[in-house]
Amino acid sequence: MQIREIAADIGLEALAVADPGREVAGGYCSDLLSDVLAHTQPGDLWITHQRHLNVVAVGKLRDVAGIVFARGLRPSPEVVARADAEQVNLLISSDPAFVVAGKLYSLLHR
Amino acid sequence: MTPRTPLVLKRIYPVISRDLEQAGVVSTAVRRELLGLGMSPDVVRRASVVCFEGEMNMVLYTRGGRIILLVKEDRVEVLFSDHGPGIADIDLASQPGYSTAPDWARELGFGAGLGIHNMQQNSDLFKIRSRVGEATVVRATILLGIPFF
Repeated sequence: MQIREIAADIGLEALAVADPGREVAGGYCSDLLSDVLAHTQPGDLWITHQRHLNVVAVGKLRDVAGIVFARGLRPSPEVVARADAEQVNLLISSDPAFVVAGKLYSLLHR
Repeated sequence: MTPRTPLVLKRIYPVISRDLEQAGVVSTAVRRELLGLGMSPDVVRRASVVCFEGEMNMVLYTRGGRIILLVKEDRVEVLFSDHGPGIADIDLASQPGYSTAPDWARELGFGAGLGIHNMQQNSDLFKIRSRVGEATVVRATILLGIPFF
């Protein structure tokens, strides 16, 4: 399923979407960067509360389909600019991480 | 002894202590170089993870130093060389879950104690040499498969 369809379905706000057609294969929830580096799969949507610059690098290096900031957490404009430059999809959900993950799971496994 | 193989590419990147704004820049540059050489996505991802973990360790815990990327015909080598303070007990520092990260770094999602472990997991050959009060040098090697077979 493409990230633009998922964003529309579960109500994600797009902050930087360089690749709206990117296929989402799964998801991963974590705020520990080393854990994300070890366990996300390419094409995962990474749901997190971290919103600093290094998050963009981690997402890029693991080739995630996008990064979703839960609970309406908004990153600084510098983070969005870095994501634009690195072509990493960034989105925000007003839901808590548990709910975002639940919605994504139902969407991908229905 | 491993035979010498021709060098395909060499890059040297400075790493500045505590400069979290720039942290990750070396890893993304290394990723770009390897993609440019047409390396497989698996090799690129493994080298990128090794590089990011090493880069973050240098930024967070050392006085800075440099990262050297060496691409040879049969391997990718990433060398991390810093100006100290050195690691007193390398086995302990390599244990998953062991961390000396301050609270501020943990709040940013660093300091899980998985950095060196992740580097080892993504390398085929991995060696740390350290002298307390002087320096640490890490060599991580990813083999590209054996030619002639």
